[in-house]
Amino acid sequence: MPYLGNEDMVKDLRRALSNPHVQSDHLRYRNAILKVIKLMSQGVDVSNLFSEMVKACATVDVVQKKLVYVFLCSYAALNPELSLLVINTLRKDCQDPNPMVRSLALRNMTNLRLPGLVEYVEQPLSAGLRDRAACVRRVAVLGWAKLHNLQPNSETDASVVNELYGLLRDPDPIVMVNCLRALEEILKEEGGVTINKPIAHHLLNRLKECDVWGQSEVLKILQRYQPHSDDELFDILSLLDSSLVSPHPPVMAATLSLFLSLSSALPAVSLAALERVQGPLLAACGSASREMRFTALCHIQLLLRSVPGLMGAHYKRFFCGYAEPAFIKQRKMQVLVELVNDENVAMILDELKEYCTDVNTDTAQAAISAIGRIGRSYSDRCLKILIGLLGLKQEHITSAVVQTMRDLVWVCPQCSETVCSALEGCEETLQDSQGKQALLWFLGAYGDRVSSAPYTLEVFIDTVRCETSPGVKMELLTASVRLFLCRPAETQDMLGRLLHYCIDSPADSLATKPRLSSVGLPDAPADTLATSAVVPLSLFPTLSPQEFERLWVQGAEHAEEKLDFVCRTEHLQGPNVTRVSPQSLQAALQLLNIHTLAFTPPRALPWRIYVYTHTAAPPRTTLVLAELLYQEAGAHAAAADGEDTDDAAALADGEEEATFGGGETARERADVKEIQVTLKQRPRDDNALKDVLSVLATVLHTLSCQTP
Amino acid sequence: MISQVFVLSSKGDRLVYKDFRGNAGSDLVSGFYEKVTALTGDQPPVVMRHKEVHFVHVRQGGLYLVATTTADSSPFAVIEFLNRFAALVKDYCGGLSEKSVQMNFALIYELLDEMDYGYVQSTSSDVLKNFIQTEAVSPRPFSLFDLANVGLFGADTQQSKVAPSSAATRPIQVRHHMTRLQAGNFHLRVCVCVQGGKSEIFVDVIERMTVVIGANGVLMKADVQGEVKVKCFLPSCSEIRIGLNEDLSVGASQLRGYGTTVRVDQCSFHPAVRLEEFDSHRILRLSPSHGEQSVMQYQLADHLPSAPPFRLFPAIEKDSGGRLLMYLKLRCDLPPKSAAVNVGATIRVPKGCVSMSQELSSPDQSAELSPQSRAVLWTIPRFQGGTQLSALFKLDVPALSSASMMEVGPVGLSFELPKTTATGLHVRFLRLSPVQPGPAQRWVRYVTHSDSYTIRV
Repeated sequence: MPYLGNEDMVKDLRRALSNPHVQSDHLRYRNAILKVIKLMSQGVDVSNLFSEMVKACATVDVVQKKLVYVFLCSYAALNPELSLLVINTLRKDCQDPNPMVRSLALRNMTNLRLPGLVEYVEQPLSAGLRDRAACVRRVAVLGWAKLHNLQPNSETDASVVNELYGLLRDPDPIVMVNCLRALEEILKEEGGVTINKPIAHHLLNRLKECDVWGQSEVLKILQRYQPHSDDELFDILSLLDSSLVSPHPPVMAATLSLFLSLSSALPAVSLAALERVQGPLLAACGSASREMRFTALCHIQLLLRSVPGLMGAHYKRFFCGYAEPAFIKQRKMQVLVELVNDENVAMILDELKEYCTDVNTDTAQAAISAIGRIGRSYSDRCLKILIGLLGLKQEHITSAVVQTMRDLVWVCPQCSETVCSALEGCEETLQDSQGKQALLWFLGAYGDRVSSAPYTLEVFIDTVRCETSPGVKMELLTASVRLFLCRPAETQDMLGRLLHYCIDSPADSLATKPRLSSVGLPDAPADTLATSAVVPLSLFPTLSPQEFERLWVQGAEHAEEKLDFVCRTEHLQGPNVTRVSPQSLQAALQLLNIHTLAFTPPRALPWRIYVYTHTAAPPRTTLVLAELLYQEAGAHAAAADGEDTDDAAALADGEEEATFGGGETARERADVKEIQVTLKQRPRDDNALKDVLSVLATVLHTLSCQTP
Repeated sequence: MISQVFVLSSKGDRLVYKDFRGNAGSDLVSGFYEKVTALTGDQPPVVMRHKEVHFVHVRQGGLYLVATTTADSSPFAVIEFLNRFAALVKDYCGGLSEKSVQMNFALIYELLDEMDYGYVQSTSSDVLKNFIQTEAVSPRPFSLFDLANVGLFGADTQQSKVAPSSAATRPIQVRHHMTRLQAGNFHLRVCVCVQGGKSEIFVDVIERMTVVIGANGVLMKADVQGEVKVKCFLPSCSEIRIGLNEDLSVGASQLRGYGTTVRVDQCSFHPAVRLEEFDSHRILRLSPSHGEQSVMQYQLADHLPSAPPFRLFPAIEKDSGGRLLMYLKLRCDLPPKSAAVNVGATIRVPKGCVSMSQELSSPDQSAELSPQSRAVLWTIPRFQGGTQLSALFKLDVPALSSASMMEVGPVGLSFELPKTTATGLHVRFLRLSPVQPGPAQRWVRYVTHSDSYTIRV
């Protein structure tokens, strides 16, 4: 921070520091030095005073010494020659009878960070390792790590490394932990400090002597150790059990992570550990420090990814406090969404409903989208709340509700009827571009069911000149064209006006032309696919997940006797589906009127999605249900079809946890992919089924080629 | 591992800057401040990324305490360290504010110096006090005049005097008598703390309440987070014994005797606490270190031993003139002898509220409309237990519709309950050993704060 008159201040200080009267009065001297440090921490460049400060270093006053060292360590790199003068004083201090002076000198000697001084430092450091006082040994041990990082290319003396390993048995626990830290840095290239059985047991036995910081460090390093037998493993686990419920979150988190890595082969043990850790985690969520609360919430979110439903019984702990900051409220809502089940859904929705009218608009919108997320499983209840919120006629609420409904309809098309009737008339309250875009998308996609759609669009088209957001304009254009295709008579005139405006106004042509061309000429891959499919597909009538499940299971039972039902299993070669994100696959299939009902979480194995569509070939319409399954090579035989969706979801969740451990490499290895597609159709129509299969194959190939 | 630590004032001035590993870019501090100020609203992400480094920050006392770290460190550890650092500064400098940090920056550098190479060596004030040489400069010297201010906490001592509120916020003194003994590995230092002739110990039982009461008056959620803190300024005290309620039960299943027991769901202790007598007599034994220590933390969920302290009876209607009438009756269900202080009720009102007229039941209360936060703030300086207060607010809301009635509420209450604990936990006795030579002041204080107290309307 530059202040006026800095240079004068520095000059004054120089004069004061070199004044013999000041130098003889140690309080005045110290005060002058204090001023220098104060300027330094404000960011003023006081490096000119270096030589004066070097002189001030030779003193018996420990406070003054400490202050001067703070200065010297910051500016030594700029004055390597003058720093040489300091080293003599420091080396002399290393012989001082007072251990505090010794440790201070040693620490700052290594903090100067001058590669040229290394030769002077090595000898005192070696002596420091054998010092009587623990505080000197602590500094000396870390000093070697600093020295190593100063000259990363030079080999550190093997005898030093050995001595550091020996000091792991030092009576002082901090020296022990510092040895681990130093070895970790010195041996970085070799993969860090070696943890063999005696060292691991020694560390475990002394864990209780360390403080919080030492414990978390040791626990982190112990993750590298693999016990040799089950007995040993269980001994270690029972020793760590008390740290698992430590009131200090760093220790608790480090222990949990060690527990999970040790018991990766024993899912029951990991689960028990996660259950046990709930208490301290919840306590951290209620900690007085908001930052700690936030971290704990993030941690819980992570755990929920591998064990869905953990903390389910404690959902009330995630209700937001009145005065909590918005960033904590939003996290809590994200956790609440994960915890919903049949018993608590009513309570959670009631609570979220309260947040929807929060003063903070971000919080309100987060609450609304959280309700939307729950709506994917409990659509009726959530839609009721969302429709109720539209009645408030508040800009930000309406906008968030419309966006949420759009997302909900995308996932659950069976809600579209309700949404169509609810959205009428809400265009008056919408002000922001995001909300308008959502509404326009909806009018374009479901225009044939909203009776007032053309009139709503007309209002938008009439005011298009005042619209500033290019996104809204593009969406408007798309919606008008889509509506024109299904209701030409009502829309023709206004579409003409809109196109006229778009072509006329040069400012907008850049924004709208690309969209015009993409609407007119099908050049996107998805559009090409749509035209290549021989049989037209349709999403309607929609199926709810429950209906899908029923049909799927029913099909399996009566497969033999029903003639108009077909169940086929095919294998598709090639596409690497696990790299495709489920969301983009879902979007691509949706464009082709194939609806995705359920999919496994990203990167989980076996990878699996469930889709359905209706074929509308001229003679009759058929319903096609399909399961796409990918398993790792070798597991094919075990793959049984006919599982209902719930089972699949549970399986996927279990698998994901295992993937945390070693799935990564396995995925990279298996490059040759084979996807098993199970198709069920009713009534039977072989040609249509073949077409559906080819559409699916093309989509998978296209997407897996696109993703790097 | 922490690479740098710095403290910024709320205006972004650098107060303290310590580079542990010497790998910082020059624009580190400004980079952080730009990131923090560029955020809208009150959403500071605790962890932020800037080029290669990660900033982890904590806001306390209007200051930003920031640590930078590399990707592989535990966020819990860094945040715990920053909180502990803030507590140490409070202990040593007698408070955490821009002023106290500016006045004591030399001491803070000394504290940070004990974190060698970005590795935390020790944060116990007992260990550190051997290394810290600088004396703290207290922004406000302790004087007898302060005794005139009645503290927020009531006092409950043998002489039933009032504990000075400033006493607990004064720095630990580190004046050492330079007598050193070389004994084995450690140097011992006889340090005599001179406290203006006073040796004192404070035991605070602090509870924070989170309550949600539904629109129908049903208690929907009640949590209590409690803490027993010890602040010790005694020159020579090897052990203290704190006796808690003998009928205290821990966990749901454990019941002692009959009748009403004091129960907590979970409790955890400071590692230095010895629990030999806890199971049988509920006595905590510890050797106190100087400065503040959280001796015991506990939680209670869902089952409060007594009724929630406040109830609200609202009546909200539209009058003929198109105004919104809110008639609120607030009842305090504390025992008649105790009282709540600094009670503030925040009542959410519909958007577009322009003005308000009010009728309050006593002159010391006040209420104001804050259109920005869409709320009426009703403040009650003191609220006696067992009494009832009422208020009538008439709000002018242009375009009042039936939908805007839905926007009224919830009501949030903030308060302090001195001399009261929501769980009923109390300290039976506080014994010091060896018996103190001089007149040692022992203070035991109780307070319950509202963490979040929401009443749905």
